[in-house]
Amino acid sequence: MLEIQDATVRYGTRTILASANVAIAPGSVTVVVGPNGAGKSTLLKLMTGEIAPSGGRVRLDGRALADMPARMLAQRRAVLPQSSALSFPFTVAEVIRLGLEAGGHRLAPRAIGEALRRVELAGFEARGFDDLSGGEQQRVHMARVLCQIGDPSRWTEPRYLFLDEPVSSLDIRHQLTVLRLAHALAREGAGVVAVLHDLNLAAAFADRLLVVLDGTIAAIGEPAAVISDALLERVFDLPLRVGELPSPGVPFVLPQTAAFASLKEPRS
Amino acid sequence: MIIDALRAVPLVQPSGTMSGDRSVRARRALVGLFLLLAIVMVLGIGTGPALLSPGKVAAVLLSGPNGAAGSPADHVIVWQIRLPRVLLGALVGASLAVCGAVMQGLFRNPLADPGLIGISSGAALAAVATIVLSGGILAPYAALAGIYALPLAAFLGGLAATLLIYRIGTLAGRSSMALILLAGIALGALAGALTGFLLYLSDDRQLRDITFWSLGGLGAASWTKLLASAPMMLLALLAAPLAARGLNAIVLGEAEAFHMGVRVQWLKRGTILIVALATGAAVAVSGTIGFVGIVVPHLLRLWLGPDHRGLLPASALAGAILLIVADMAARSIVAPAELPIGILTATLGAPVFLLILLRRRGAGGI
Repeated sequence: MLEIQDATVRYGTRTILASANVAIAPGSVTVVVGPNGAGKSTLLKLMTGEIAPSGGRVRLDGRALADMPARMLAQRRAVLPQSSALSFPFTVAEVIRLGLEAGGHRLAPRAIGEALRRVELAGFEARGFDDLSGGEQQRVHMARVLCQIGDPSRWTEPRYLFLDEPVSSLDIRHQLTVLRLAHALAREGAGVVAVLHDLNLAAAFADRLLVVLDGTIAAIGEPAAVISDALLERVFDLPLRVGELPSPGVPFVLPQTAAFASLKEPRS
Repeated sequence: MIIDALRAVPLVQPSGTMSGDRSVRARRALVGLFLLLAIVMVLGIGTGPALLSPGKVAAVLLSGPNGAAGSPADHVIVWQIRLPRVLLGALVGASLAVCGAVMQGLFRNPLADPGLIGISSGAALAAVATIVLSGGILAPYAALAGIYALPLAAFLGGLAATLLIYRIGTLAGRSSMALILLAGIALGALAGALTGFLLYLSDDRQLRDITFWSLGGLGAASWTKLLASAPMMLLALLAAPLAARGLNAIVLGEAEAFHMGVRVQWLKRGTILIVALATGAAVAVSGTIGFVGIVVPHLLRLWLGPDHRGLLPASALAGAILLIVADMAARSIVAPAELPIGILTATLGAPVFLLILLRRRGAGGI
């Protein structure tokens, strides 16, 4: 269990996150949504141990994250970055191997090949990372993170996977590919936390939605319970209409006609 | 499912190579470079006003420092004159190349080099100050540190310069190479001015010492100099591979390196210490020899890839080879005089630096 208790993050006098309380259970998918600058990334950084709270506590299985050595943390959780440019010409295989090493696994060419197949980049081992498109690079990072998390059948303790806008540069097919992989890991016992901007993907993917607004957790719960016209309108300051997908129980969000219309009209 | 695939992975690493993995090539290259270094060292010992055949060099070396092989003159030439020079060249070359590779990894930029970003200038200023002031206000220090006074001072000067440049060039964990290069220019100019001021204070003998030293070269190599500087360079060279895994991970970014289990602050402190140690010692015994740290890692990356586990030891070996060969050329081209070795490395290195700049110009800035 990853627990955040009364955690506050301040930079100077600015409070980015105020007394946040949330627990991430293994085997679940939590999706963080909210407007730009609400504090989503800060919340994620708290959970990964990248920043320490100015007040409050962040604990993994009862142990403060700040007290855990970086190497031990790397064997418990992996993080998919938004984007990451390389400064030197690594091949795809060399990038993914970093994940295997970080997870404390032996170098196994088959694991690299299989991870690449999972993200639909089979045979890309020898390609130069810098020569790939943005979407391909993001999927290589996903393969790296999968290798760091390792094989669930060998886990002695649950693992955690953090995804920071994992689908931002992916086409619609590969958005689903990446989210399905994360979802499958959750079903195998991993605690998955993802920041997503697409509310509909979020609703379909999440066991639990976490809405962040102005540095506070505005709502948390099942997507169907959290996604409501009133809440979303408050969070995003935009008239939104919530419907329901044919698959029952999954909410679907569209901007109201008025908001669409304003796209084509000059603002007064 | 990936789960099944991962499950099927054998525990023991198979001996076959994986496509896209250049580590096997790197291991073979290390063996080749090591053999080449041995050959170059023997040739380096044989080259000079009195030419000695490789066979004779090997025989005199193998007979030991008090051995009987060869004439007494050969023995003095090999053991007293050329062996310390070649060993010093090997250590300095290895240090400069490894420092370049480590700095480039830390700053995530192939243009970073201790010589270009002012670290060598800081070390040089401290060394000149020690030479000039060791009769005056630094006399207690000089007496205390003995033969280590010069390398130790150069280390401290290099360390101060490194910390200053890192502070200036890095904001919120992101390093700006443009800022670092410009700060290096400013620091180099300041160190140059202060060095000039110190030259005014120096007497004739000191002035000659400084001039010879600052041209950069191995001309004054001796066992004493080797003994004074080798421990610092060896310490840095042996410690550098410990940073290889961290430097690989930091290629993706500092946050990503932390996510992958690297203690980033320790990595930075450790690598800065390594660079200051090796650069300081190298500058103290051989002046400023430029561009070795740019050229060697750059060529090796093209050949072996950027994995620091291969790159760092390969840089050490190739840097040693390059400097011994450059020293042989410096001794031979205008014999019986000697060219400052820095002239040769700059002639070779500056074009390579420009080549990297041209390549990166297309890729969007330095």
